Amino acid sequence: MKTLLPPEFKIIRDEAKCIKCQVCVRQCGFEVHTYDEEEDVVLSNNAKCVACSRCVKFCPTSALNVIKNPLSYRENTNWRQEVIHDIIKQAETGGVILTGMGNDKPYPIYWDHLVLNASQVTNPPIDPLREPMELRTYLGSKPDQLVIKGKHVKTKIPPQVPIETPILFSAMSYGSISLNAQLALARAASEFGTLWNTGEGGLHKELYKYGSTTIVQVASGRFGVHPDYLYAARVLEIKIGQGAKPGIGGHLPGEKVSSPVSRTRMIPKGTDALSPAPHHDIYSIEDLAQLVYALKEATNYQKPVCVKIAAVHNSAAIASGIARAGADIIALDGLRGGTGAAPKIIRDNVGIPIELAIASVDTRLRQEGIRNRVSLIAAGGFRSSADVIKAIALGADAVYIATAALVAMGCHLCQKCYTGICNWGIATQDPYLSKRLNPDLATQRLINLLRGWSLEIKEMLGGMGINAIESLRGNRLHLRAVGLTQAEMDVLGVRQAGA
Amino acid sequence: MNRVFKLNNPYNDDKVISACSIFGMIDQSGRCFSGECVTTAIANMQVRSNGLGGGFAVYGLYPEHADHYAFHIMFLDKKAQEETANFLTENFLLTHAEKIPTRKTAGIVDPPIIWRYFLKVNSKPRIELEGLSEDDYVVAKVMEINTKIDGAFVFSSGKNMGVFKGVGYPEDISHYFRLDEYKGYLWTAHGRFPTNTQGWWGGAHPFSILDWTVVHNGEISSYGINQRYLEMFGYRCTMQTDTEVMAYAVDLLMRKHGLPIEIVADIFAAPLWSELEHMEKTEKDLRIKLRQIYSSLLINGPFTVIIAHQGEMIGLTDRIRLRPLTAGVKGDMLYLSSEEAAIRLICPDLEKAWIPRGGEPIVGRLYQKEKKELSHRKKERG
Amino acid sequence: MKQTVKVKPSTNEKIVVDAKGKDTKQLNEILRQLVAQGHTHIELKNVFGQRYIGTDLRKPVQIDIYGTPGNDLGSFIEGPRIVVHGNAQDGCGNTMNDGKIVIHGHAGDITGFAMRGGKIFVRDDVGYRVAIHMKEYKGKKPVLVIGGTAQDFLGEYIAGGILIVLGLTLKRDEKHRANFIGTGMHGGVIYLRGNVAPHQLGKEVSILKLTKEDLRELRAYVEEFASHFHFDSEEIMREKFIKLLPLTLRPYGKLYAY
Repeated sequence: MKTLLPPEFKIIRDEAKCIKCQVCVRQCGFEVHTYDEEEDVVLSNNAKCVACSRCVKFCPTSALNVIKNPLSYRENTNWRQEVIHDIIKQAETGGVILTGMGNDKPYPIYWDHLVLNASQVTNPPIDPLREPMELRTYLGSKPDQLVIKGKHVKTKIPPQVPIETPILFSAMSYGSISLNAQLALARAASEFGTLWNTGEGGLHKELYKYGSTTIVQVASGRFGVHPDYLYAARVLEIKIGQGAKPGIGGHLPGEKVSSPVSRTRMIPKGTDALSPAPHHDIYSIEDLAQLVYALKEATNYQKPVCVKIAAVHNSAAIASGIARAGADIIALDGLRGGTGAAPKIIRDNVGIPIELAIASVDTRLRQEGIRNRVSLIAAGGFRSSADVIKAIALGADAVYIATAALVAMGCHLCQKCYTGICNWGIATQDPYLSKRLNPDLATQRLINLLRGWSLEIKEMLGGMGINAIESLRGNRLHLRAVGLTQAEMDVLGVRQAGA
Repeated sequence: MNRVFKLNNPYNDDKVISACSIFGMIDQSGRCFSGECVTTAIANMQVRSNGLGGGFAVYGLYPEHADHYAFHIMFLDKKAQEETANFLTENFLLTHAEKIPTRKTAGIVDPPIIWRYFLKVNSKPRIELEGLSEDDYVVAKVMEINTKIDGAFVFSSGKNMGVFKGVGYPEDISHYFRLDEYKGYLWTAHGRFPTNTQGWWGGAHPFSILDWTVVHNGEISSYGINQRYLEMFGYRCTMQTDTEVMAYAVDLLMRKHGLPIEIVADIFAAPLWSELEHMEKTEKDLRIKLRQIYSSLLINGPFTVIIAHQGEMIGLTDRIRLRPLTAGVKGDMLYLSSEEAAIRLICPDLEKAWIPRGGEPIVGRLYQKEKKELSHRKKERG
Repeated sequence: MKQTVKVKPSTNEKIVVDAKGKDTKQLNEILRQLVAQGHTHIELKNVFGQRYIGTDLRKPVQIDIYGTPGNDLGSFIEGPRIVVHGNAQDGCGNTMNDGKIVIHGHAGDITGFAMRGGKIFVRDDVGYRVAIHMKEYKGKKPVLVIGGTAQDFLGEYIAGGILIVLGLTLKRDEKHRANFIGTGMHGGVIYLRGNVAPHQLGKEVSILKLTKEDLRELRAYVEEFASHFHFDSEEIMREKFIKLLPLTLRPYGKLYAY
């Protein structure tokens, strides 16, 4: 069938600058660029271009640029170009449209409607450059009270995991991203004193040495889950859902299950790795408790157990159930959370914004008097240190970042992760492509990002007259709303600015 | 909403901010003395307040009713008073009630009706909730009056102690309540500099629950989370002042959780993580655990407080000492003050005057109580 | 209320003022008038908390204080020499430009805050953030000598001048307890006698040995200190000092992304 889909992007090559070095040809895994030896000319196929910018950034003479294809349909607010193209795609294939990364639709971003406080006169701002400014946070379940005899604490305290900045790397599995990418995440987390997350693809044997800063995931497919894997970790995470695709499972196609992926996931090479939508041992909350305690027993109660859910309508009630089921940590993944592959229709329409979920979960757990029992990690589209600090003021203990970490490593958000081709060497298992990601440089870039954000968080905290992050956690008085409705402010527990 | 809270926070601010002067003195031998000295001392720091709030707490105040809860209550009108009196007779054994005697004072305008009630908790079976101690019962009833009875506010509810406070400079408040005629072994005092309002009588310090009182200087930047944390334990921070939060936090940690002040100081003014690195292991472990569990009660931002309860007075500043405190000793007397000059004025020949380190509690105890505590600790160890 | 003091315009003779019952404004007004009348030596007795004593006089007069002066003693002064026969409170020498303050006792927080010139000598200990943002400019070089020890953030942000800590109130083998000494330091010098562990220092400072030149400079100020409080300067100098200098004039140069 002849496709009626026009190219999404257009490559502009400045022929005067092009020296026909063919860097673009070699750099593009989507085979956009070809060299015609006879004519001595480099040709580009617009239809294959995904706008990943690899060729643009690597062209030694800056001869290339990629723009949105200026093709215009008759203006129509309802039937936008994307809508028309999706219909064409489905008419031609009869399939579910896949995509990668997070929701890109214009839902309100509440972070941009929340502003922070600063001290003026009645208490002093604190200068973080000279005075101590503490970001350390302990993740884990806390008792309501300590019994102390002399200098000794008699109360048994569940395992507590320190992080030196309230930013963790969120789950990205080996399979969905390359080993080099995971290596960089693991190293950056270890060096900075925070945690990274294996995702559901198991833990490659080369990464076991980073176990003390690793969160290992136990997901519905149980890939690579075995006693050594559990014991290697600092935190165990039961993945119930993901913000990009609440309520559905996953599917790593057999062609991406290379030998090392097969070894790590503990499945035969070349077979599809299917993650069911539910855990088939969890059809109700009491079953979740069963799995939580199965993991605790398996690791002799040495590791906190986190339960990750997608932020959905009933998150507050679900979170209460999770806390009561014995989890030590709850991770909430919001509407804008990313993914390696998800049906576009799900990614763009299911779930709720993380801001609202944090607020309602924190409020509910406090109303029930059980907020101390769990730490709260928020995830889903955190773009800057400002988003992070606002999440903490709303009530999160820490946040997960993944998209931002990928961008730090080189990702340009082309949303083609599900193809297995990634010109930046991140979301691919192709050895030719994955070696492009230098783990040393990627580690440094991640550390730089954590450092920059942490310094900014310290600056903002100091301005509020606070020198320890815990004094901002859940302290919504330091937030004000601009441009929100009363209903939104009520959910967020935040007052109108100026009021 | 109860009118008294509206009065306290008419502009609906996040919290009512006030800077100030604080002073406290305890005769550790238990000898009682009048309120004259403490009034002179707090008056000397008048520039730190602005006439919109002054108050005092006195311990050893009602020896003749020592086994009664002494409620000091302010009422906006007769109706509120009647309603409250009914509530008290329904819920307590009311032994004695009287108007708190006052003097005409130039600086004092528009005072509310202020009475005191000497109460006993009837008998065990009357305690409604299972497992509730007498003290918990009293706390619950105080919260009930303060939130449910419109125009009534209990501002003192301990045994053998009392709070006197109102709008005015502390020396005027002292004159008004005739504090020169009362005696106690422990006095604390406060001069207030609120930023929000004309001030109302209940908003002055000390803040109090049972026999715990707090006078406070500074603004707590962690207020929002301290408040939300305490709400999980049933406290209602309806006055929206950071000092009230301190009073409840002290009640939770010291009375209910039974932690000594040295531990509580490490919660309110937790040592920095970097300081722990250089501590001996037991000390370090203890502080790490305290901070893990009680991080929401870290009191962040500048503060100096004088916390008092039966037989004990404690001075404490924030961990990076953003507000001042000077301590002085002469014989059995321990003095705590925002400024040394105020102590020197009433005791020029101190044996010792010093500036405590941030986060280091300065504790004065009745020797009697000290002895009891020591033997109790010995027993625990044995 | 304006207070007028009637005294004959004398010169060098000491005049005694009873500060009892006078508030800050009244007391400072009396001082202004006395100085305007030509008095060069004033003794204040019964001082209890009056603030800013010595400010706005701008002449090298001597003021002796008995009692406890209030906050901001000698703030913005340019010339007066103030002797406190007792303790001082917070903010002593705040932004002083010239002159001298001698305290026969302890001093509170932020002593010498932002001082640009002149000298302060404190016999005993001092509080938090002492000498914070002390700085020098052209011919002005402030000097602060502390006989005892200090609390945290000593010499924070210090940008110039000389800060000397003698540790005389410490017992044998007792360490200074201050943390974050010289944090944010980007100028000036701190001479410290007595023991500190490296972790007590701010990350912007380095420890150096004193040169002969340093010792000469130090000795002069120690002798001046000793003469005020009747110490033996030789004995003080016999113990080892360390010298703290900023690692860089721009400690935060690498903090920002452009």
